[in-house]
Amino acid sequence: MTSAVSERPTGTRVRRRRRMSGQSRLELRWGIGMALPAILGFLIFTIGPMLASFFFSLTDWTIGASPRFIGFDNYRMLWNDELFWKSLSVTTYYTLGAVPLVLVLGFVLALLLNQKVRGLSYWRTIYYLPTLVPSIASAVLWIWIFNPDFGLLNSLLRQAGLPTSQWIYSETAVVPSLIIMSSWGFGNAMVIFLAGLQGVPRQLYEAVSIDGGGAWQRFRHVTLPMMTPTIFYNLVTGVIGTFQVFNQAYVMTQGGPNNASLFYIYYLYRTAFTESQMGYASALAWVLFMIIMVVTFMLFRNARRWVYYEMAGAR
Amino acid sequence: MTSVRDASVGKRRGRVAPTSGLRPRPPAAGGAGARARGWRSVKRLWIYVVLVLGAIPTMLPFVWLIRSALMNDNQIFIAPPQWIPRPFEWSNFSGALTAQPFGRYFINTMIIEVFTIIGTVLTCSIAAFSFARLRWRGRNVVFAILLSSVMLPYAVTLIPTFVMWRTLGALDTFIPLTVPAFFGGAGGGVFSIFLLRQFFLTIPFELDEAAYIDGATPWKVFWTIVMPLSRPAIIVVVIFTFIGVWNDFLGPLLYLSDEENYTLALGLASFQGIYTAQWGYLMAASAAVIAPIIALFFFLQRYFIEGVTLTGIKG
Repeated sequence: MTSAVSERPTGTRVRRRRRMSGQSRLELRWGIGMALPAILGFLIFTIGPMLASFFFSLTDWTIGASPRFIGFDNYRMLWNDELFWKSLSVTTYYTLGAVPLVLVLGFVLALLLNQKVRGLSYWRTIYYLPTLVPSIASAVLWIWIFNPDFGLLNSLLRQAGLPTSQWIYSETAVVPSLIIMSSWGFGNAMVIFLAGLQGVPRQLYEAVSIDGGGAWQRFRHVTLPMMTPTIFYNLVTGVIGTFQVFNQAYVMTQGGPNNASLFYIYYLYRTAFTESQMGYASALAWVLFMIIMVVTFMLFRNARRWVYYEMAGAR
Repeated sequence: MTSVRDASVGKRRGRVAPTSGLRPRPPAAGGAGARARGWRSVKRLWIYVVLVLGAIPTMLPFVWLIRSALMNDNQIFIAPPQWIPRPFEWSNFSGALTAQPFGRYFINTMIIEVFTIIGTVLTCSIAAFSFARLRWRGRNVVFAILLSSVMLPYAVTLIPTFVMWRTLGALDTFIPLTVPAFFGGAGGGVFSIFLLRQFFLTIPFELDEAAYIDGATPWKVFWTIVMPLSRPAIIVVVIFTFIGVWNDFLGPLLYLSDEENYTLALGLASFQGIYTAQWGYLMAASAAVIAPIIALFFFLQRYFIEGVTLTGIKG
């Protein structure tokens, strides 16, 4: 598509070439001009702050006072900071629970909805609806659902004669509770999976059937390989998203009980904006940045082994 | 592995002759005979059973939300929980929404919405036009760099951005929440640029060429040819920007401190902090914050699904 103009057959060469070069100068000028707001925004609101936060991370700086350069001391302090390790393990725990759960639920439901069910759009709406709930409203609702005395979950469990739980008020149950809550929003992954499934060419399934393959073979040798790019996309965005949860910790648990839900960003927020230790919080931010880079890099490297991308001619 | 390769060949062949008598019949192996049909209808029945079983826990929180929003305190705390409010306590809504100035919060949110949407649509679409339809050196590199910022954890830019707005004296105004939108949407704007660019690429390039030969400027091509043809994509961007602002919590939390300036999300969180045990009020307020988004979804469902899949599949 880049060569829409230049590929035209060359008639009246000289005049056209001169006009083309005028045209490409025009496109260069306008092209940069029109992309300029976005480029400036990237410099001012992304690259600039990113570099600045690295420099902040090398200082001892409480807001109001002037920053003092201390080299890598913040990072050294992090290494011995119990809360840092705690927040890292809590966040990892949450990610390892929430991401697979959401992916599996989304994938299974998408597979079912792809079986030419009646009223597809109604089913899709039902399952997609929870993802529309603003996260603060969702948090308020789930505090009430998790309420140990009169909440929905314990009421139902009690009626069924099953043991109840303290949910977000218990040190051991708080992260699993938040994982359950996150699984309520699997609809987004499901819609993406469903669109992916609908894009699998029907002929592939017929080819398997002609070769005598059954439902399992169709799933194993067509659906799964064709869906790996979509699975990979949902996996990467899921991991990056869950690593940065904040709202639930802020509204529902304040990181408690006993720091059992001290999510990484919540710890960072507290360090920066409650204790106003901007330097130390910036070091936390950079460590998170590097963790996410490493994890994404590993996911991409690992992807080569199992993600199937169509060769040339995909368009 | 071999099956994958076969698959792609099958696909290529299918692409060449898409109308080779392939009707959309269920891809079952050899399915003749009443027994096979009977087995298949049993299988279909199971699909519906699972879909219904999955829909119950998905919808239950909504039922719990609505029934609690309409109950008075006597009924809400009855031990085996009741499901039908008796009487319908509509005063929860008026009570909750006047207990704190939710009207003011709504107006604040809408002010931020208007500026953010205008800025995002304007600057993202001109950037997308430049990346999709103007040829200039370094274009693809610039676009790739912009796109890579999607992976960036927002925490790494958070503190310096905050310090910047603080230095500029913009705290407790809407400036930090709206101005970045005029620079390519900042942060989430990259998705908008990506989505618009994908859409712009599908518009025939001959239209531009014809206009350029008539001496049009790129701006004229953008404004009179590309934009009018891109309404669906722009609607998707407007919807997702609207939802992003509506749900944003961390931004308002950082930048707005005077209660007069609160947004709905921030107001709801502070409401929750004050009326901790007034579940009728809390659920009514939450329902009021959720309802506009759900209503928007039902009116513009097509665009929602399109938007989710567009960003998901092409990634």
